[in-house]
Amino acid sequence: MNETMMIAGMALVTFSLRYVMFAMAGRIRFPLWFKQALGYVPPVVLSAIIAPLILMPEGDLDLSLANPYFWAALVAAGVGFWRQHLLTTIVVGLVSFILIKWMVS
Amino acid sequence: MSNSLDQLSVTSPSNSAEFIQGAKATIPMIVGAIPFGIIFGTLAESSGLSIWGAMAMSLFVYAGSSQFIALGLLATGVGPVIIIATTFVVNLRHLLYATALVDKVSHLSHGWRALLAFGLTDESFAVVNGRYLGRTDTNRAHWFFLGSIVAMYSNWQLCTWLGIGLGELFPDMTNWGLDFAMSVTFLGIVIPYLRNQPMWLAVISAATFAIILRDLPHQLGLVVAALSGICIGYASQQVQLRMQLAKAANPATKSTGVKTTNTKARSTKP
Repeated sequence: MNETMMIAGMALVTFSLRYVMFAMAGRIRFPLWFKQALGYVPPVVLSAIIAPLILMPEGDLDLSLANPYFWAALVAAGVGFWRQHLLTTIVVGLVSFILIKWMVS
Repeated sequence: MSNSLDQLSVTSPSNSAEFIQGAKATIPMIVGAIPFGIIFGTLAESSGLSIWGAMAMSLFVYAGSSQFIALGLLATGVGPVIIIATTFVVNLRHLLYATALVDKVSHLSHGWRALLAFGLTDESFAVVNGRYLGRTDTNRAHWFFLGSIVAMYSNWQLCTWLGIGLGELFPDMTNWGLDFAMSVTFLGIVIPYLRNQPMWLAVISAATFAIILRDLPHQLGLVVAALSGICIGYASQQVQLRMQLAKAANPATKSTGVKTTNTKARSTKP
């Protein structure tokens, strides 16, 4: 029961956030500064989500060789800037994560 | 919804071509979502979520990072109200994604808009936003959008289901670090944005704040970090712009210090 309520609530909240702007499409105009600021949202939010996951996987800042998240992300970022190709970045990142994790353990 | 389904059945070649292009453009995102979806399914049981709960979450909530965060909270015994509130905070960015795309969907029926909104994940936003920015022939691009959603959504369901099964076979899979798949996908989405100084500043400061404020309750650190990043990026963009304007208007003056303080005072106005 608790579980059903929780999932229904999460679904409702998520859908509302995604839908409210689309529902009012054409009836809202945004000032230029707002639109410009909006351009920063995706990269900023995504990097705020992943920075702690990559740099502090165990809860504390860890830039040692024993942190495969950090080194694999570094490799993936390098390849990403070099090749500018998303699929390559993701595949290289995943493979190097597995390799580094295997070498460390 | 019936409205959108009616339109689904009348598929002209060009609509289906857009649909397929949208699905194809989403393939890199799917590669990242496979391990991530599997780890979500795997972790569900040990976090105290039932198999049906895990499946229902993927089917109806359909938001990978917040599903993952919800599992973490469940495992530490947090109640449903806090979990729903956290979901709201973590998914606030989708409101901003929708704001960025709203002009592109305003001509569509409400059924279509609801359908596209339901599937507005980070991954589909990145792919679809790229489509709208890259090409001007956008009157059929909602089919591209739908193609991206259908590909991403079906993969997410399949991987959740697979993860639930695999989790029972290999209970130690939760330690394999498959959650790195989400991080590397998001990293891959962020890289193409990093083309100018304000964007770099915004991303670096958001990441730094997120690390410093990680221990704030209910993912508040994430919100503060994101808002700070946006403000810093926007402010430095304004400073850069005014400095360029000042330079163009009066190449002889070199006193940029005065100009900067000036612009700061003005840019806070709106």
